[in-house]
Amino acid sequence: MADSVLKQKKSNIATITSEKDLKSRSIYAIATRRFFQHKMAVAGTIMLTFIVLYVTVGAAFFTEADGNRTSILDKTEAPSAEFWFGSDLVGRDIFVRTIYGGQISIAIGVVSVFISICLGTLIGVLSGFFGGVVDALLGRLTEMFLSIPPLILLLVLSSVIIQSSTTMTILGREISSTVVFIVALIGLTSWMQLSRIVRGQVLSLKEQEYIMAARAIGASNWGIISRHLLPNIIAPVIVAATLGIGTAIITEAYLSFLGFGVQPPTATWGNILTGAQDRIDTVWWMWMAPGFFIVCTVLAINFIGDGLRDALDPRSIQ
Amino acid sequence: MTQYVIRRLLQAIPLLFLINVFIFVLLKAAGDPFAYLALDPTVSEEDRAFLRRSLGLDDPVYMQFIHWYFGDDWYMRDLDFDGENDTFGRRKGILRGDFGQSIRFSRPVTEVIAQRLPNTLILGSSALLVTVIAGVSIGVFAALRPYTFLDNLITSISFLTFSMPIFLIALLGVLFFSITLDNLGLPHLPVQGMYDPRGDRSIDELLIRLILPTMSIAAISTARYARFMRGSMLEVINADYIRTARAKGISQRRITWIHALKNASIPLVTLISLDIPFILSGAVVTETIFSWPGMGRLFIESLNILDPPVLLIFTLMVAVGVVIFQVVADILYAWVDPRIRFN
Repeated sequence: MADSVLKQKKSNIATITSEKDLKSRSIYAIATRRFFQHKMAVAGTIMLTFIVLYVTVGAAFFTEADGNRTSILDKTEAPSAEFWFGSDLVGRDIFVRTIYGGQISIAIGVVSVFISICLGTLIGVLSGFFGGVVDALLGRLTEMFLSIPPLILLLVLSSVIIQSSTTMTILGREISSTVVFIVALIGLTSWMQLSRIVRGQVLSLKEQEYIMAARAIGASNWGIISRHLLPNIIAPVIVAATLGIGTAIITEAYLSFLGFGVQPPTATWGNILTGAQDRIDTVWWMWMAPGFFIVCTVLAINFIGDGLRDALDPRSIQ
Repeated sequence: MTQYVIRRLLQAIPLLFLINVFIFVLLKAAGDPFAYLALDPTVSEEDRAFLRRSLGLDDPVYMQFIHWYFGDDWYMRDLDFDGENDTFGRRKGILRGDFGQSIRFSRPVTEVIAQRLPNTLILGSSALLVTVIAGVSIGVFAALRPYTFLDNLITSISFLTFSMPIFLIALLGVLFFSITLDNLGLPHLPVQGMYDPRGDRSIDELLIRLILPTMSIAAISTARYARFMRGSMLEVINADYIRTARAKGISQRRITWIHALKNASIPLVTLISLDIPFILSGAVVTETIFSWPGMGRLFIESLNILDPPVLLIFTLMVAVGVVIFQVVADILYAWVDPRIRFN
């Protein structure tokens, strides 16, 4: 009899929910749908697609050498038919530089966030899960990094590394070695917020019964962390990663603007401004194009991050 | 509470020491502060060697470190290069209140900082004032009409300013209020520095030159305060005591600005006190753009020519500020919100 009741229930479910609804049962499917219902997130995705197209397709029409060619006769030209976005203090074409600089800026954002996410998650999980001395030591380390404004810390660090600026070949491109260092530095100095979030999450998760159950059946610490804890903290990590890319792009721009970022010949959206520090009222076009691209990219990323936050919030998934 | 404060401050000492060691090592790795003199034909190689020796840059690194803390007036160096130690140093070390000499200015670091700090405080406090007033008003305004067109508009604008590098905001300000107005022959805002180098140093001039940098900083940080205030206000406005106040017939304006705002601004106390030490460090980028002679500029200039004493004291000062204002934030928080107790 119990069998027949079960069958009846099953058939009921089958009739109520159509094939299409059944498909969207997974939380990731729901999250995807919610993401695409978020208007700003969709706008952000479209904006970001256009910017990525600009820096990739644009590279097919102009070579990096076009962007690095200096011409003292054409210095500080206002935007014209020849120089669409104007030229800089040594006559380089800012339009071409925004294409190649954009590639570097976006790459710096993505890779440095990857580093900071790995570090932040690792440190957060370790201190939340093991507690005690580990937590105390990592907590002090986090505090130390939080006690100096990030930009100040980064400036001191990069003043050390830009002393040894050479060029290296990555993916067939000759780029300044400072790119690699700046990526590492931004990654190493931006993990603190995330590690605090992850620590908090782990602290509350590890008290839950399913973790106790896992322990009871003999799961190892690493098994519990990788199989049971990490999947449950992935949502805040994804959101922090997305928003982090925007912050990293702005940070790189500030560093390069102050002369402590990526060194020539490699262009970034930040170092296109190099040398324009004291001339805000004369060569405004040097600021306009890179500034515009930075705002659009960061804005798009922030929209996407906001959309992801809403889409991945388990409380809002029915 | 006194116990709590003392405990927190004592706990901070190892932290500050660690930070100082960290920066010290970094600056040692950054190279020779007198490297630039090698390019100067008027400075002989001997003079350079003497300078390095007399400032203790030839000592082993661990001795330099000890000298930084305990001074070198008990330590002999060979200043006439005859192979025998002959002269005592003159520094007392930061533990005895001697914060060292700036290499660039050849003056005590304390003097150099004392000269710049007021300028940063002027800019920082005016920016903070504008930010808090604008942030609170905009936040409350948005919270009173959640999810309406105006609220969404405010949200979008705060997203935009949030995503802006400060140099773009500064540039737009300069384009509109300085260049365009100038081209139209109208009175316009000056862009560079605190005072006109030719003019008088009157307060009016300072105020006019404050406008653009202040607005640039405020434009970016207002968004954060407004978002924060909106969230906090939305929480309070649905509380029971607000409904009670309404039932008693108190006017809406009084409820909003007296009853609700009071409780909603409690978290703001923390936000502001945690922001203050960052004001001390100066808005590095803004001060560079507008040639504002404050702490941020001092930091960048010292970093450019590698002036370790200034940089060490600067970072130590900022870290001390962060620690102190964290404690201040906790105390203020407990003071304005009696529900919180120190345990």
